[in-house]
Amino acid sequence: MTEKSEDTKRSGGNRTVVTICCAFVLGMIGMSYAAVPLYRMFCQVTGYNGTVQRVEQMSDRVLDKTIKIRFDANVAPGLPWTFTPVQREIEVKIGETVQVLYMARNLATVATTGQATYNVTPQSAGAYFNKVQCFCFTETTLEPGEEMEMPVVFFVDPDIVDPVETRGIHTITLSYTFYSHTPSKPVASVGDETDGDAKQL
Amino acid sequence: MAGTTAAHGDHQEHKPLSFFQRWFLSTNHKDIGTLYLIFAIIAGLIGGTLSVVMRMELQEPGIQIFHGLAHMVYGFEGDAAIDGGKQMFNVFTTAHALIMIFFMVMPALIGGFANWMIPLMIGAPDMAFPRMNNISFWLIVPAFVLVLISMFVEGPAGAYGAGGGWTLYPPFSTSGQPGPAMDFAILGIHIAGASSILGAINFITTIFNMRAPGMTMHKMPLFAWSVLITAFLLLLSLPVLAGGITMLLTDRNFGTAFFAPEGGGDPILYQHLFWFFGHPEVYILILPGFGIVSHIISTFARKPIFGYLGMAYAMVAIGAVGFIVWAHHMYTVGLSLNTQRYFVFATMVIAVPTGIKVFSWIATMWGGSIRFATPMLWAMGFVLLFTIGGVTGVQLANAGLDRAMHDTYYVVAHFHYVLSLGAVFAIFAAWYYWFPKMTGYMYSEFVGKLHFWVMFIGVNLVFFPQHFLGLAGMPRRYIDYPDAFAGWNLVSSYGSYVSAFGVLIFLYGVFDAFAKKRVAGDNPWGEGANTLEWQLSSPPPFHQWEQLPKIK
Repeated sequence: MTEKSEDTKRSGGNRTVVTICCAFVLGMIGMSYAAVPLYRMFCQVTGYNGTVQRVEQMSDRVLDKTIKIRFDANVAPGLPWTFTPVQREIEVKIGETVQVLYMARNLATVATTGQATYNVTPQSAGAYFNKVQCFCFTETTLEPGEEMEMPVVFFVDPDIVDPVETRGIHTITLSYTFYSHTPSKPVASVGDETDGDAKQL
Repeated sequence: MAGTTAAHGDHQEHKPLSFFQRWFLSTNHKDIGTLYLIFAIIAGLIGGTLSVVMRMELQEPGIQIFHGLAHMVYGFEGDAAIDGGKQMFNVFTTAHALIMIFFMVMPALIGGFANWMIPLMIGAPDMAFPRMNNISFWLIVPAFVLVLISMFVEGPAGAYGAGGGWTLYPPFSTSGQPGPAMDFAILGIHIAGASSILGAINFITTIFNMRAPGMTMHKMPLFAWSVLITAFLLLLSLPVLAGGITMLLTDRNFGTAFFAPEGGGDPILYQHLFWFFGHPEVYILILPGFGIVSHIISTFARKPIFGYLGMAYAMVAIGAVGFIVWAHHMYTVGLSLNTQRYFVFATMVIAVPTGIKVFSWIATMWGGSIRFATPMLWAMGFVLLFTIGGVTGVQLANAGLDRAMHDTYYVVAHFHYVLSLGAVFAIFAAWYYWFPKMTGYMYSEFVGKLHFWVMFIGVNLVFFPQHFLGLAGMPRRYIDYPDAFAGWNLVSSYGSYVSAFGVLIFLYGVFDAFAKKRVAGDNPWGEGANTLEWQLSSPPPFHQWEQLPKIK
C-alpha cells in the first residue's frame, strides 16, 4: 500500500518537473522569436546600432557650433539603379533643419522596385540624428530610365554636445542602401534556376 | 517484503530478450548508454578522419589532396576540381565541428556516461522516463545521417556540401548556399537538438525525483551535479538555437527576411541567437568532464574531493554566468565600446569559478596517496591542458586583443585545448575509469598508458604550434596559406598523425580487453572509489537497486 502511494507520488512529481521543463523550452523558443521585435524596439528607443530617430517636429533651438554631415549611397547587387547623393558633404549648425537630395535612376528596360535601409556612423550618433522626412522603408518603383529626386529632411539634436560618448563627434555619415524589392523569393528556389550552370562548373 | 521479492522475480523474467528487442527497443539506461557510447566512437572516428585529412592538406602550402578528393567523390575535372576542393575543405571543417560537438562529445558524455552512471550513482533503478530515453537515442542516429548526407548534395551553386563553419552564419548560409546541403545540415541539428532536449528533461527529472533515500542534493556525487547543470543549460540554450536555425530555414525556403537586410532583417541577430546557444554549449561539453575528473582524482588520490560544496556551486556559477557572456564571440561585429566593456568583464568573471575548480583538484591531489593508474593520467592531463586552454581563453576575452586574434589559429588552438584536449581527455578518463564497471573486464594497463602518452604528445604537437600560427596571423578556415606559415603547420600535421595512431591504440585496447576477459571485480580501484556504482557487481545487474540503498 505504502509502496503504491510512493509510486503515485513520484509520478505526480515527475509530471510537475516535465511540465516545468517543457514550459522552459517553449518559453525560450518564444523568446528567440520575440528577439526580433524587441531588438527593433530597443534600437529605435536607444539609437543603438546607428538607428536614426524619426520625429515630426523641428528642433526648438539651434547652436552656433557646426557639424559635418556626409552622405553615402549604395545599391545592392540585383537592382539595376544608379543612386547618388546630390551633395557629398555639407556643414550644418547643430539643431538646424536642412533638406538634402539623393538621386536614383533606373537603368533597366523594365520598371523595377527598390526599398532603402539606412543608418548613421558613428553609431552612437544615431540617437541624436533626427529625420523629419525621408524615403526610408517605402517601396519605390521607377519606370525604365526614370530619374527621381529623393529628399531627406533632418536635424542633429543639440543634446549631442553633452554626453561624453558623442561630444567629440565632428562628422556624421548618413548611409543609404537600396535593395531590390522583388517579392522575396526563397533562396533555395534560386538554386534550381542556376542548376544548369552548376553542372558545368 | 514479499512484494519486493515478487517484483524481483518479475524483473528476472524480463531479462532474456532477443537481440533486436534488447538493442533496438531498449528502455534500459545501461543498454542505451552503451548504444550512445558505440555511436560516439563511430562518429568520433568519422569526425577524426575528417580532421586528419584537413591536416594532410595543410601539411604544406598549396593544394595537395583536396582537388583529388573532389575529383574522386564529386567527379570534378581540371580547374573545377580545384574550386570544388576548396569548397570541400570548408565542408570538412564544418562537418568535423558539427560531428565532434553534436555526435561525439555530447553523446559520449551525456547520452553515454551520464545515462550509464547517473542512475547507479544516485541509487535509482533506471531513468525517470525509459521510453523517452530510447527516443533520444533513436533521434540522434537520423540526425547524424542527415548531417552526413549534407556532405554529398549540392550546397553553393556548382559545388557540394554545407560549408561556412558550424556557426552557419548568414548570409553565407542563406543566399550563399542555395542548394539543399544546408537544409540537410539544419534539419540534422534540429533533430539532434530535440534529442538533447528530451535527454535533458529526463536527467532533470531523474536527478530531482529518483535519488535514494537520504541522498540530499548536498550529498549527491559531483558527476550528478555536473549533469544536472548541463541538463539545465541544454534546456535553456538549445531552444534558442532551434529558433535561430528555424529562422535560417524559413529565410532560405519560405521568403522570410529575419536575417536579410533588404527585408529589414539583420544578419547580426543570427549571431546573437547562435552564440546565446553557442556559449552555454561549450560549457555543456565540458561540465560533465568536470564531474568525471573530480571523481577520478578523488579516487586515485584516495582523498575525498577538496571543497565539495565549492566544486558544486562553482559549476552552478559557470553555468549561470555562461548565459550572459555570449557576445565575446562577436567583438568584431561593431558592438559599442560599453557593450564590449561589459562582455570583457563578464567573461573574465568566469575565470573565478573555473579557478576554484582547478585549485580544488590540485588541493585534492595535495598530500594524497596518488596512484598513477590510466584514468588518473587522463584526469591529470585534463587538468593541465584545460588550464592551458583557460589561460588563452582569458587572453581572448579581451576585446582589444581579440581584434588581432579573431578567427585566427590562436582561437583554434584555444578551443581545441579546452574541448579536444579537455572534453576528450575527460571522455577517455571516464572510459578507463568505468570500463571495468560497465563490462566486468579489466583493460590492459600498459595499452591504456601507451594510449595516454601517444595521445598526449600527439594532440599537443597538433595544437600548441597553432598558437604560434595564430599569433603570426594565420586565419582559420582556409585550404591554403603563405609559405611563411609552413614550418609549424608541418609540425601540427605530424602531431595529428601521432594522435590518429593513438586512436588506433585505443581501439586495440578495447579489443584486447574483450579478448583477454580479465575479470575486474566489483571495485578494482579500492577504497578511494566510494560512490554507489562500485557497490554493485561488474557489470551491474540488468536492473539494479531493487533494494534502494540507504545513504547515511
